[in-house]
Amino acid sequence: MQGYIVRRLLQGVVLLVIVTTIVFAVGRLTGNPVDLLLPEEASEEERQAMIETLGLDGPVLEQFVVFIKGAVQGDLGVSIRYRQPAVDVFFSRLPNTLLLMPAAMLLAVFMAIPLGILSALRRGRLTDRVSGTIAVLGIATPNFWLGILLIYVFSVQLGWLPSSRMGDWSHYVLPTITLGTFLVAGFMRLIRSSMLDILDSEFVKLARIKGVTEMKVVWKHCLRNALIPVLTLWGVFMGGLVTGTIVTETVFAWPGVGRLTYEAVIFRDYPLLQAVVIMDAVLILAINLVVDILYAYVDPRIRFT
Amino acid sequence: MRKLPWVSMFIIGGMVFAAIFAPYLTPYSPIDQSLPDKLLPPFWEAKGSTKYILGTDIFGRDVLTRLLYGARVSLIVTGLSLLFGGGVGLAIGIASGYIGGRLDSLLMRLVDAAFTFPAILFALLLAVTMGQGLDTLVIAIGLLLWAGFARIIRGEVLALKQRDFVALAKVHGCSELRIMVTHILPNVMNTFMVLITLNVGAVIVAEASLSFLGAGIPPPTPSWGLMVAEGRGKISSAWWLSLLPGIAITLVVLTFNLFGDWLRDRLDPKLRQL
Repeated sequence: MQGYIVRRLLQGVVLLVIVTTIVFAVGRLTGNPVDLLLPEEASEEERQAMIETLGLDGPVLEQFVVFIKGAVQGDLGVSIRYRQPAVDVFFSRLPNTLLLMPAAMLLAVFMAIPLGILSALRRGRLTDRVSGTIAVLGIATPNFWLGILLIYVFSVQLGWLPSSRMGDWSHYVLPTITLGTFLVAGFMRLIRSSMLDILDSEFVKLARIKGVTEMKVVWKHCLRNALIPVLTLWGVFMGGLVTGTIVTETVFAWPGVGRLTYEAVIFRDYPLLQAVVIMDAVLILAINLVVDILYAYVDPRIRFT
Repeated sequence: MRKLPWVSMFIIGGMVFAAIFAPYLTPYSPIDQSLPDKLLPPFWEAKGSTKYILGTDIFGRDVLTRLLYGARVSLIVTGLSLLFGGGVGLAIGIASGYIGGRLDSLLMRLVDAAFTFPAILFALLLAVTMGQGLDTLVIAIGLLLWAGFARIIRGEVLALKQRDFVALAKVHGCSELRIMVTHILPNVMNTFMVLITLNVGAVIVAEASLSFLGAGIPPPTPSWGLMVAEGRGKISSAWWLSLLPGIAITLVVLTFNLFGDWLRDRLDPKLRQL
């Protein structure tokens, strides 16, 4: 188990190096990095100071070393818009995103598992068709538009729920649905198809022959195994979730990391954007590592390969 | 065998038709402003008129006209990005699967990395450094696509490599490059076409999302994602600005997804597991 965790950790570090290298390359290959990193009205002295600190007059490899050194120490430049270290700005917004993401995941788990099981058990019947249609629609609807549609129906027309910013529980409803819908649809399809495979397998037949109750067969024997593909594909969903927060937080003016990403793009705040991209990579890796450990716990085969 | 998806084909045909013939279908310009006519609702609302069937935006531009021209932008971006991203994925998949060894493990690590990290973030970085434009957008969306193509094509190539005709070509003295291009490539084209169709929907959403976030084709060129973004602030007074382009996106994506599913079952049923 320890070897497995170490291996996963190393893979994460490799990914982080790749992401950092690409961010560095994108910043240098296109034009003058000083223009990207400093506000337009910066003075000549400030420009010179920037060139000195980053070693921009030296060879590219040296610049890369300076960049990595800074990144490891948590120095990813100063945000143009906020005039503070970009990493600090990221961390000041992170808690708000960490409230929204689990809410969407919970929604996905509580909707997708029952619906997925139900459609597998009633394959081809009305329940299956209805939830299948919802899944297909959920995948096709872009979530930025879904958010606006929800605002139109529940805030503008009905006046039931607030349309923006943070606050009491009612502020969570619409963003959670907006962010969670594609997860619900994706999980549901996965659980349905893996449940169908598993319901057909030998150990389920044996359990039924032994007289295990249907409840126990479904929830204990099948569901545990049906959840494995969800964990396998977790990394892909996690990427989608981060993308989803950018759009969702933009629509609902939610002061989190996603909204910050959007602001960095709109205000052409490159130092902030590069910090957000790298820190997002760290965040994704941390969450994926937890899921990987969970995965090895659920499926012992993983630990020994 | 499932029957032909007539409804999907009809909607896709309609979109392509709109994209090609947009200038002949509408008397208005998608860009020129006409401020006296601003913010008119669609014709079925009280203040609407049949002059502007789906209403006008804050600059008095006809929404239907912009939707028609938007179909054009959407299709051009989607086509180019699929060719670019899919093509890169195809080349990497064939090279990785056929050559194997160290190259294969290196490329597959890269593919794994690409799956873990959301490509939208790189796309946003590119938009800020390179500036908004068609080239930036195509490269950005290509980044989103190549890994998926590479992984599946590689799997196909691994199986093809063992087949007799490849061995015969080798005995015949074909160079490695020639085997890859004339013997392997034609045999993965079916899968490639299916992957292209299955990804159209995702690419349209990606294009719309990037435009929505201010990293797509710059205004005033009409793009569906941009139209949703522009109408967002007016949602309480002018719902049609945001909701109509969104309906267009959802409908087209849904249609392409259904069509892709059909094509997959028809041409390459083993991809079904994916």
